[in-house]
Amino acid sequence: MSCLQTIQDYALRSVGIGERLLPREDFTLCEQVTLIGSGMIWNIYFGLIAITIGFFAATGMALAKSSQNPWLRKPADFFIYFFRGSPLFIQFFFAYSVFVLLKQSMPIFAPFTSAGLGATLVLLLNTTAYTAEIFYGALQSIPKGDLEAADAYGITGRTRFTRIVWPSMLRLAWPAYTNEAIFLFHATALVFFSGFPVWQQRGDALYYASYFADKTFNPFVPYPILAGFFILLTLVVITLFGTIGKRLNRHLPQTVIRRPGFLRTLIR
Amino acid sequence: MFSYCSDPSTLDGLSWLSCYLTTGKHMSFYTSFLTVITLLLVTAPVALMFGFAGASAARSRFLPLSLLGKTYTAIVRGVPDIAFFMFFVIALDQAFEYLRHKVKCPDWSDPIRQGSDFVVCTQAKLPLSTSPQWVHETYGFSLAVLTYSIVFGAFAANVLFGAMRAVPRAQLETAEAYGMTQRQTFWRILVPQMWVYALPGLSNLWMILVKATPLLFLLGVEDIVYWARELGGTKTARFSDYPHGNWHAIYFFGLLVFYLMLTSVSERVFKRISARLSHGQATAAGEAQRKAAQ
Repeated sequence: MSCLQTIQDYALRSVGIGERLLPREDFTLCEQVTLIGSGMIWNIYFGLIAITIGFFAATGMALAKSSQNPWLRKPADFFIYFFRGSPLFIQFFFAYSVFVLLKQSMPIFAPFTSAGLGATLVLLLNTTAYTAEIFYGALQSIPKGDLEAADAYGITGRTRFTRIVWPSMLRLAWPAYTNEAIFLFHATALVFFSGFPVWQQRGDALYYASYFADKTFNPFVPYPILAGFFILLTLVVITLFGTIGKRLNRHLPQTVIRRPGFLRTLIR
Repeated sequence: MFSYCSDPSTLDGLSWLSCYLTTGKHMSFYTSFLTVITLLLVTAPVALMFGFAGASAARSRFLPLSLLGKTYTAIVRGVPDIAFFMFFVIALDQAFEYLRHKVKCPDWSDPIRQGSDFVVCTQAKLPLSTSPQWVHETYGFSLAVLTYSIVFGAFAANVLFGAMRAVPRAQLETAEAYGMTQRQTFWRILVPQMWVYALPGLSNLWMILVKATPLLFLLGVEDIVYWARELGGTKTARFSDYPHGNWHAIYFFGLLVFYLMLTSVSERVFKRISARLSHGQATAAGEAQRKAAQ
């Protein structure tokens, strides 16, 4: 079977399109790369949804945490403490068992026992808590002068938030937030090992990598492939976030950082 | 455990619970908490050592060594730790068996990788098939510790590398001016001063390590997650003296509480250490302490 054929059969296997049976023996390199790559669709799906919604939820949560009103502050504090203080792995297990219990009395919760919805929800809450803590720290360290300047110009209320506070918060939080995004993508690899069932062998990249490692008893091929995919994903995240970060900082005086060229570093 | 536990079906309420919570399996469950604590206490210093070696390597003037140190940290940071755990547990096991095979059976002619099998001679098996159960368990656990140390060593290397660079340059120059050799400067000036800069990163790392301990379950160790799954599942009267429904949620909630307590306690301890280390340092926290004492 040619590699092109394999790609046609398995490139979308993780979402249920293409060949139904997984290869069983004589695994070629092409099959391993294609299937593990196909699994990355899940990782990207989990990560993208959790980051996109989590970003706005975390902004709200950070504001709640820095609010004067204890009715807002205390719940936000507890939410952040709970999700940052316990392992994501256990959160998955706990959430899954709760969804299974809820399903028995309320059928509405049936979809939540699948990874696509339930695990995404857990990841979303988890990243909201971590990001909120980062944003909260940034809110606390917005330069006093900026806020005073806003007051002096009579900028108040909503405008003050959207024009002054929020951009400054993002600018300060951005490097840490980039790290959180990378860790979130890494955390998506846990989903199918933590109770959420794999339906019809449609799993994520790590699921397929461990499938191959179990079948061939040779970890030295599938896991490096998986590592390659994740390093690629990490590089994409870093580039994207770097571009946004540059835009957030565009009004600041740019210091030209002169890096020594690659060759210079090599022969130093 | 208690004398009245001999016939659980006649019990109810608290006495039933007291019997249920002291069955042999529950005792194993409680012991597995010790497994987690042991893992933490063994891994932390070993990972710190690995990290120290990695950071020193990355600082080295000798290019291959510094590249090695930097690649080690870069790769481990770029890939999910769970993938590393699952890789290293098999890879290390096979590497050890391969080495022993080379030493113990030098005249073995068959290939070691036969299709989907990894075949070494019987004497090279780790642990030997004749060894008792506890050897198997200890071997599995030590593999896990080594894996954790490799992964967290890379993170620690990154933190320590940053901390070594954060020590004010003037301190090192002063040491050189006093005629200390490079080695002396490193051990007497740099290393004692770097901890205060490393502490925030290391405490963060400890938290990550604590939250990574449930992954032991995936490495085949009978840890708290294993027992929570085992004990929480539905038990029918046919197979168990203590039938109950699906109690997974309760058991996992217990684990959540355990971890919340562990992280809270750790946070408090780190606050103390940080105050202790800042004493007399040329940092904002050290300055604040000095002013408060006046």
